[in-house]
Amino acid sequence: MAETKMVTLTIEGRQAVVPEGTSILEAAKTVGILIPHYCYHPGLPVAGSCRMCLVEVEKMPKLAPACATAVGEGQVVQMNTEKAREARASVLEFLLINHPLDCPICDKSGECELQDFTFAEGPAVSRLHEPKRFNPMEDFGGDVLYVTNRCILCTRCVRFMDAVAEEPVLNVSERGDRAVIGVYEGEGLTHAWASNVIDLCPVGALLSKDSLNKARAWELDRTASVCPGCSQGCNMMIESRDDVIARLRPRPNLEVNEYYMCDHGRLDYRWMNRPDRSEVPLVRDGGALQPAAWDDALAAAASLIGDREVHVLASPNLPNETLWLLRRLVDRAGGSATFRCATGDEAPLPGVEDLALRADRGANVHGALQLGFSRVDFDSPLAGVSSGAVLVVADDELADVKPEVLRAAASVLVIGTTTGVPHEVADVVLPVANFAEEEGTFTNLRGRVQRFLQSRGAPGLARPTWFVLSELLATMGEDTDYFLASEVFDGLAAAQPAFAGLSYDSLGLAGQQIAQTSLAGESA
Amino acid sequence: MGYPHPPHERETQVLSKHFGNPEARTLEGWKKLGGYEALRSALAMEPAGIVDIVKESGLRGRGGAGFPTGVKWSFMKPGDGRPHYLCCNADESEPGTFKDREIMRWTPHGLVEGVAIGAYAIGAETAYIYIRGEFTEPLLWMNRAVREAYDDGILGENAMGSGKRIDIVVHKGAGAYICGEETALMNSLEGRRGNPRIKPPFPAVAGLFGQPTTINNVETLTAVPHIIRNGAEWYKGFGRPDNPRSTGTKLFSVCGNVARPGNYEVALGFPFKDFLYDVCGGPPAGRSFKAIIPGGSSVPILTMEEAEGALMDYEGFVAAGTMLGSGGVICMDDQQSIPKQVARLARFYAHESCAQCTQCREGTGWVTRILERMLAGEGQSDDIDTLLELSEQMTGKTICVLSDSCATPIVSGIARFRSEFEALIPKSRSHVPVAAVAV
Repeated sequence: MAETKMVTLTIEGRQAVVPEGTSILEAAKTVGILIPHYCYHPGLPVAGSCRMCLVEVEKMPKLAPACATAVGEGQVVQMNTEKAREARASVLEFLLINHPLDCPICDKSGECELQDFTFAEGPAVSRLHEPKRFNPMEDFGGDVLYVTNRCILCTRCVRFMDAVAEEPVLNVSERGDRAVIGVYEGEGLTHAWASNVIDLCPVGALLSKDSLNKARAWELDRTASVCPGCSQGCNMMIESRDDVIARLRPRPNLEVNEYYMCDHGRLDYRWMNRPDRSEVPLVRDGGALQPAAWDDALAAAASLIGDREVHVLASPNLPNETLWLLRRLVDRAGGSATFRCATGDEAPLPGVEDLALRADRGANVHGALQLGFSRVDFDSPLAGVSSGAVLVVADDELADVKPEVLRAAASVLVIGTTTGVPHEVADVVLPVANFAEEEGTFTNLRGRVQRFLQSRGAPGLARPTWFVLSELLATMGEDTDYFLASEVFDGLAAAQPAFAGLSYDSLGLAGQQIAQTSLAGESA
Repeated sequence: MGYPHPPHERETQVLSKHFGNPEARTLEGWKKLGGYEALRSALAMEPAGIVDIVKESGLRGRGGAGFPTGVKWSFMKPGDGRPHYLCCNADESEPGTFKDREIMRWTPHGLVEGVAIGAYAIGAETAYIYIRGEFTEPLLWMNRAVREAYDDGILGENAMGSGKRIDIVVHKGAGAYICGEETALMNSLEGRRGNPRIKPPFPAVAGLFGQPTTINNVETLTAVPHIIRNGAEWYKGFGRPDNPRSTGTKLFSVCGNVARPGNYEVALGFPFKDFLYDVCGGPPAGRSFKAIIPGGSSVPILTMEEAEGALMDYEGFVAAGTMLGSGGVICMDDQQSIPKQVARLARFYAHESCAQCTQCREGTGWVTRILERMLAGEGQSDDIDTLLELSEQMTGKTICVLSDSCATPIVSGIARFRSEFEALIPKSRSHVPVAAVAV
């Protein structure tokens, strides 16, 4: 690889050293300076049209757009000279003359770049004596609503659909201040990744119909997480209000999903808020499941397993920590560790290398395979269960399986989040937290181990899956007195060669790669 | 000929010599008048030799910016293995300008010849003539001329038997002023929305279809065959001796309140006073001139005092406080309201803004609404200050100069005719409170 030439320049008195060809705007970021901008987005082609990022560059006669001006050796850049500040304030004034003052009813309020920069340095009053331009709202199809009046024509959405989704269905229609974003006749934002235009929109012009009027930005709690929708492992932010998950949004990770997240992952969150939850440990007593204390339930589960063969059917959305402990349960007296995973059509985002909604609709398929689980046929997940074994159903609802099939096993231990089919035949039910209620790690299809954090509290007496498993194993005499997910992971990393060298801390929030291995049973 | 008027004795007719002569429109007639001799001799020369002659002649862009043509051509590096393109900008849309239209209507072969020489000089095998969408008659003549030239072997894979390939494609625009901006024109040619591109890269590096491209105005290219035929020294002979930076002749389109509107060709450096009163016949009977816009609607308005002292070349008009621009002379007499004219121009730019840059998209519309409100008798005390401040922010801050062009008549109009604007603001304290709306 040719060595990249580095350029040294001064931005607002700070020295930045960046590769040749970097824009002033990106160079400024490296020294902690945000040059206000609207049309620029690091994932999109440069438009240079909002003119918000105009800065003063020594020896240049005119203000230069920081997003479209490359750094030069010895350049001196200033963004807070009177000329530059006036230009920015003026752009804000121009943007605001036709922008409605409806922040109180706008979904974007609180996370709006127009609001933020106006608050920081915009004009406090408007000199406009004329009525504002008015255009009606438009449904863009998919999950996207276009509130025309709020649009500042930054064209991020148009460029995303053109250059990243490569399905050019948006355009700029009309000219001058009559211009609006248009959708081509008969088309709509139905691309599998189209809803990213909502996040890209710097103002409240493109809104999600799904989260319309649901919550104000400042009421939401944000938790760094990883999307469980498929095996890609897009980094995301779970946004919840009063312990109810309201919205999922992408969290940038240049190694995995850049700035994006698909519509499938984005909209598949309602199950995290399900109210029909398994909240109390249950033990079958006299034909019926009776509530029990955790210790009693764990003891009942331990004696249920005893020294018998264990057959595990696990969800591919369980974290590595839990899967590893399930694996240890199987290894005690033999048996089998299996999982099943739903599949669907793969939907790539063409503009980003190796990014797609993957066919495997489970977050931890790679992790499960890495930990020695085998994949079973989705339609007959229990075909391999021998009649003498204890069946451990770990967070698979088995909604499509008849109770008789489950009765093939000698005993059934359910470690689950919801009530349902397995309860009809379960001998012991251990209630656990769902994905959003616990923390842990997933391994994506490229072998990247990524942490997700807990976003909401688990209901009732439900406990994290890895905690319940380590308690169960401890009850059975194993040395698994883990109290934190990090302890489980570090134990896993010490025991499993593929995870060698990783620690919970070193994973951080961007993840780390394990030895690249292609595993049988994984859809590409 | 100061078409459609008989030529004035003080005109210097080079490009306009055959305006009004139907014979010049046909290939046969054009050849009789000496047409295509320049192309023949050019094809026998090295391309660099042609560039040198054009450089030496001092020919500058006639579209408005006045960039030296030979220098522009020398930016193209022949033999770099990439296709080169020549674009002829025939999207003449500047209000008050209609010189290219007459060139294409009367001497279409003159343009074809100029384009062919230009294409050969910059190493382009394909040249595009982008004609304004509203120019239906010029389009007809250009199509006919190009077809005749192909049939005669002047164009094509063996241009005039030289073994060199020169193709010319005539392309009709769809009716947008902004498509006369060079990079917007290229986007339009590529089938995209006609939005100006951010520069750099400049067209000579990455222009049409991402390849090195040169773009020249119709009048510039039409002058080239004359320079090849008569030599650089001959061309330099036109112009005032004390200003070697403006050479040759220039067509001026004269319109508005003037006795004889039309196209006139004079040597650069011609006294503007003589041009207005003698060549163009002065103001209509019984009136007097009040203001002149000398170079198309995008250049500053002049008072008569300024205009009468001006010399008609690039430097002369700058010295008078304006620009030569495209040579569209708009005359306004004492019956005209300057604010009304300025508002009309602002409305034009608001209509034509491509909507990319914030200042232009919002600013052109806003100043138009302010001016039209003032004209409707609703002027407010802060309007003039607002107009000037908005104009300041619309100048020099955008991708192209459409926004600047909208601000220019406002700023120059207010600077020179402020009292007319002040008269539109009711003297009494307005009963309408000045809106102070929290943003």
